[in-house]
Amino acid sequence: MKTPRARRNIFALFLIPALMFGFGYLMVPIYDIFCEITGLNGKTGRVELVEVKRMRPDESRLVTVEFMANLGRDAPIDFGPAQASMQVHPGKAYQTVYRARNTRAAALVSQAVPSVSPSRASTYFNKTECFCFTQQEFTAHESRDLPVRFVIHPDLPDDIDTVTLAYTFFEVAGGDPTPDLQHGGGHGAKQPKSHARLVQVNAGPARANH
Amino acid sequence: MNAYTGTADEHLDHDHGDHHGPAPGYLRWVTTTNHKDIGTLYLWFSLLMFFIGGAMALIIRAELFQPGLQIVDPHFFNQMTTMHALVMIFGVVMPAFVGLANWMLPMMVGAPDMALPRMNNWSFWILPFAFALMLATLFMEGGGPAAGWTLYPPLSLQGGDSLPFVIFSIHMLGASSIMGAINIIATIMNLRAPGMTYMKMPLFVWTWFITAYLLIAVMPVLAGAVTMLLTDAFFGTSFFNAAGGGDPVMFQHIFWFFGHPEVYILILPAFGLVSEIIPTFSRKPLFGYTSMVYATSSIAFLSFIVWAHHMFTVGMPLVGELFFMFTTMLIAVPTGVKVFNWVSTMWRGAMTFETPMLFALGFVVMFTIGGFSGLMLAMTPIDFQYHDTYFVVAHFHYVLVPGAVFGIIAGVYYWLPKWTGHHYNETLGKWHFWLSTVFVNLLFFPMHFVGLAGMPRRIPDYAVQFADFNAIATLGAFGFGFAQILLLVAVVQSILGGAKATGQVWDGTEITGGLEWTLSSPPPYHSFSPQPVVK
Ligand SMILES: [Cu+2]
Repeated sequence: MKTPRARRNIFALFLIPALMFGFGYLMVPIYDIFCEITGLNGKTGRVELVEVKRMRPDESRLVTVEFMANLGRDAPIDFGPAQASMQVHPGKAYQTVYRARNTRAAALVSQAVPSVSPSRASTYFNKTECFCFTQQEFTAHESRDLPVRFVIHPDLPDDIDTVTLAYTFFEVAGGDPTPDLQHGGGHGAKQPKSHARLVQVNAGPARANH
Repeated sequence: MNAYTGTADEHLDHDHGDHHGPAPGYLRWVTTTNHKDIGTLYLWFSLLMFFIGGAMALIIRAELFQPGLQIVDPHFFNQMTTMHALVMIFGVVMPAFVGLANWMLPMMVGAPDMALPRMNNWSFWILPFAFALMLATLFMEGGGPAAGWTLYPPLSLQGGDSLPFVIFSIHMLGASSIMGAINIIATIMNLRAPGMTYMKMPLFVWTWFITAYLLIAVMPVLAGAVTMLLTDAFFGTSFFNAAGGGDPVMFQHIFWFFGHPEVYILILPAFGLVSEIIPTFSRKPLFGYTSMVYATSSIAFLSFIVWAHHMFTVGMPLVGELFFMFTTMLIAVPTGVKVFNWVSTMWRGAMTFETPMLFALGFVVMFTIGGFSGLMLAMTPIDFQYHDTYFVVAHFHYVLVPGAVFGIIAGVYYWLPKWTGHHYNETLGKWHFWLSTVFVNLLFFPMHFVGLAGMPRRIPDYAVQFADFNAIATLGAFGFGFAQILLLVAVVQSILGGAKATGQVWDGTEITGGLEWTLSSPPPYHSFSPQPVVK
């Protein structure tokens, strides 16, 4: 029991749970990287304009892109796509807009989180410009058009003829509109990570305005 | 549950010829570092929690006796389903196994006590405080946790004020079981008697050895997951909050990375118990000892790579679904090896059917039923239909009640004469077994049917076509619940008196051996100093 060997054993045994506690946290970045590589979870790609210019448009193929809009819990925004769907050629850049209006008589900071389904298509759905890249600030009752520029990569698998792009708009700062649901005051100070992890969400009473 | 209960003069009645026995007075139970005392404390605590968790189950079943809402409001119903699970997993099955390990492991490996006796005291005494904290939330404004024991966000973050209390009590439970597990590993690695090589260790020791490693590997992951919940709720992090770039589905991955090994933590020691009991009452050595050890190890290994079978319906690519489906189905192979070995041990054995053997046999048959329904659930396309229905409830209750709990009860009856020095009342034990078996099947078997027909779990109301099967299940629940009083009676009777047990207790132990049977019944307060030599 008191031998040095036993002491070493016991020390090593305490090390395992300590390391595994760290591993639990390590699963967060692992999950992120895994989703980024595989495009799982509807994460979309981002490309630079130069790369788009190098793609050869496939005029022979038409893909339907559908646009959806959801709201995070109690986000005080009217939010929806200007058009419900579009026919596009892979390899060609297109632009559409979403319309958003702050319904509250106070300033609002919000973050849109995109998601593409089927998730297999998400790595081929590339955006050159998107209001989801940064936080959007609204003054009281402000409405604004939010542009999205995207291109579908010509390598999109042949069996996919419809791609759905959905945005969920969340309030990230500017008061605490849901005090009954948030314990304590942490919510107001909440800051999203600089690279918003793009996720598929159904938090709260989501609604889609077409 | 040992003979050293109560007062000092009672303890003088059977002097065990040891230079220092238990300290006099009740404070002894608080300060004790003796593995037998701590084992006893664990087992009594587990029995108490068994009745508390059972009462919650009866509230659930009473509400489900008829369709519609009769007895409790839905919010309280949700608290009951959540707390019933937390109590039964962390308060009953795990402490019972740790209690059995405390009592028996040192005696089975020929050690004088556990390797870290003071920590042993700690790891037990954390438990009552952890559960006081957790159960107290039921009396708080807004009630206890009601989002299910899996604590999925965002739902679990939307409850009342119970969340931080539940999370803190989970931290305490985790600390308790990690300390208990480290103690068990240290005892097995460092305190085995000379000659007791790893491949001579009894299977209960082996299964606990592997279980303890699972515990120290995954309990910290659970602690991490609930800590993330805590910081999401109070400190502005966004691990599971999509608005801040987090993902609620990630919680499920982290949770089940803990959760699946956890279900083996809840069953592997029962495999060990059954592997001790069946040879004794078949009067034959265990068939395929080595394959049992390897089967247990491979189950433990596989348990780390199957977790997403709990979440097939969250949306996963086909490759992922296939991977988790096949690895899950692969677990049936080592499990099948075990069942085969138990049956082969009985083959042409001189079998008798004392209560421990009956519970062990009930375990083999009914655990296998639960194993088969688990195999059905492992198939992704089928799981899409069964997910979150009563079929799942039937499955995990078959492996946990006539599985893990029957294994524990078998172990208690098996070693009770060793602990108390008295045989329990065999007729009472048989009644306990048969009532339990009949009612447990009445309780859980109909759940397969309502589950296949689409009855969702965790809902206090249901469509009328499920009424008959639910009424039967509720009858079974009350029958099973009240039958457990017989266990309490049998244990108390055996502590108070009864036919004297010899050191070897069962005649079959002559063939199967085992160091614990070389000691008197009850064994001396400090067993094996000096250590025996195993040939
Ligand atoms: Cu599992």
